[in-house]
Amino acid sequence: MWDYSEKVQEHFFNPKNAGAVKDANATGEVGSISCGDALRLTLKVNPETEVIEESGFQTFGCGSAIASSSVLTEIIKGMTLDEALKVTNQDIAAHLDGLPPEKMHCSVMGREALQAAIANYRGEEWSDDHEEGALVCKCFAIDAVMIEEMVWANKLRTVEDVTNFTKAGGGCAACHEDIEAILEKVLAEKGEKFDPDAASIEVVSEKKEKKPLTNLQRIKRIEEVLDSLRPQLMADGGDVELVEVIGNTAYVNMTGACNGCQMSAMTIAGIQQRLMEVLGEFIKVVPASEMSKLVTIGA
Amino acid sequence: MRDIYLDNNATTKVDPSVVDVMLPYFTEQFGNPSSIHRFADGVAKGIKKARGQIQELLGCEHDSEIIFTSCGTESDSTAILSAIKAQPNKKEIITTMVEHPAVLNLCEYLEKEGYTIHRLPVDKAGRLNLEAYKAMLSDKVAIVSVMWANNETGTLFPVVDMAEMANAAGVMFHTDAVQAVGKIPMNLKDTKIDMLSLSGHKLHAPKGIGVLYLKRGTRYRPLLRGGHQERGRRAGTENTASIVGLGKACELALHYMEHENTHVKAMRDRLERGIVEQIPHCFITGDLNNRLPNTSDIAFEYIEGESILMLLNKAGIAASSGSACTSGSLEPSHVMRAMGIPYTAAHGTIRFSFSRYNTMTDVDHVLKVMPDIVAALRNLSPYWDGDRPVADPEQAFAPTYS
Ligand SMILES: Cc1ncc(COP(=O)(O)O)c(C=O)c1O
Repeated sequence: MWDYSEKVQEHFFNPKNAGAVKDANATGEVGSISCGDALRLTLKVNPETEVIEESGFQTFGCGSAIASSSVLTEIIKGMTLDEALKVTNQDIAAHLDGLPPEKMHCSVMGREALQAAIANYRGEEWSDDHEEGALVCKCFAIDAVMIEEMVWANKLRTVEDVTNFTKAGGGCAACHEDIEAILEKVLAEKGEKFDPDAASIEVVSEKKEKKPLTNLQRIKRIEEVLDSLRPQLMADGGDVELVEVIGNTAYVNMTGACNGCQMSAMTIAGIQQRLMEVLGEFIKVVPASEMSKLVTIGA
Repeated sequence: MRDIYLDNNATTKVDPSVVDVMLPYFTEQFGNPSSIHRFADGVAKGIKKARGQIQELLGCEHDSEIIFTSCGTESDSTAILSAIKAQPNKKEIITTMVEHPAVLNLCEYLEKEGYTIHRLPVDKAGRLNLEAYKAMLSDKVAIVSVMWANNETGTLFPVVDMAEMANAAGVMFHTDAVQAVGKIPMNLKDTKIDMLSLSGHKLHAPKGIGVLYLKRGTRYRPLLRGGHQERGRRAGTENTASIVGLGKACELALHYMEHENTHVKAMRDRLERGIVEQIPHCFITGDLNNRLPNTSDIAFEYIEGESILMLLNKAGIAASSGSACTSGSLEPSHVMRAMGIPYTAAHGTIRFSFSRYNTMTDVDHVLKVMPDIVAALRNLSPYWDGDRPVADPEQAFAPTYS
């Protein structure tokens, strides 16, 4: 059985706001029975204030799908629509004290139903921009679609490349065979052949420059690396901003879903790893909030 | 209320008398059976006795046809890899779409290595088409690997007939009998089955012990090479305590064979009847007239299996599900999909599997709680309205924004 938190169990065994809201004026429906997950969210929105006065869910799905739906209805009650739009899947997971990586998609479904309901209220179109594939790397919750996109976009050639760009495969190594299969497939689509002995693209680009970086070069390279990681962070509903570089320390602001989420420490570690690989020197990545502390201690 | 264990196809409790015979092999009988001193004697005798007990249950001709392995999966891998190594010019394998991953994933891997894998489909009741099978047999086929009983539905395949057909075509035949051994009688010496896998933990022996039955005269290549244990057919110092335990478990299984097919079956049948009578929109999957006596797989429509399991668990009942969510994949079980079970039901399948340790009181308890569990989840489901599914569920819930 999954290692569900107490919170997940609480919301599963005693779901809040189950059923459709009477006189709802906003409905969001996502998922489908073929995927084994489907959620209908109904809201009663005050037309004057745009405050969500009532929310209800109907869910077909596993324990964490039901718990995610239940906690979502609690989170958004009393919020204005604009506030509710800022709720991310990470928020939902955080309110449940975390979900297993295989189950994060349940929280994504919650966020999507919410966005769909708000779009429905406002008479807007909402389209699902989040394509989900089979989970490949269980250590870092990376799915096949993400890996394929990264392989395409960054011309990745080896498992090591994929690990460097997505973290997939950087943990227990169980998914290396699956990653190779993805590489084989994408490279074949590009008319290339997967070569298990190919040098990683990092090695190739690193060989060119071995001179120490000037501070300006360093900042530029750091910005480049952050730009390359941005799509991945944004897919999770977050972002990163470079605030300051002092010596070999980069101060960053994690925003959106990455801010304060349980993955944020892991994300920062991932960014640091990647910076070190690309810049070929030691770089420490520190949340910008630590900067003030440092200054005061220094002063 | 004591906890009710209805997940015996996943694994079973070790029988206390099995534990009893094992214990000395951790302490005074700790010797290596290959040694030439008195510490080894008793151990070698214990293994010999176990071989005989297993031979008895399987009904095989010689006790040397029994090779001890570490699990069912190892036996499956050994059998299939042995057949292709021993016959390097044969590049085809016949199996079914509903095998256990121990066979399916190995075949998928071999497919990447250039083997052609024929996967026999099944009909709605999980049955094979023997005509289609016959047409596939040829001298290019290295091995047929077909399970005796399906782990999800309990459906039995006609492996004795299929082995005859393979033999007539000169093709080697292996069966994964991990779920069948100990639950239905077998007499391997009267069959053309060349290899058979079994696993101790499915019949009240410990986990981590298995057997590959290898009919005398069958061409063979070992998976693990090294010492001369198991006559060089499976190197590695014997798991003596577990081997002795498995022997005892096989003796007990033979003793309880009739009980399994009468009392255990009666519990299963009563559970099924009670559920189908009380709960609308559910059905039993598999070949109802040709199943293991202990297994019942029931599809509850419009709700999802993992949530059912969680509520059952809370009620003290352990079962399992073919839903996607329990495995962390996005698809429901390959067995349900192969049978063409619609998605509205496939995600909500629950497998109840009995053993001789269950009682009719267990059945009554499940029958008491199950209707409420299903009703509670249907209450939450967007595909359910009041006391029935919404009209045309796929249509009624068509997410406009997705
Ligand atoms: C049909 C079948 N084959 C093989 C296995 C694998 O056996 P083991 O767990 O001993 O490797 C199982 C057990 O789940 C099974 O049900």
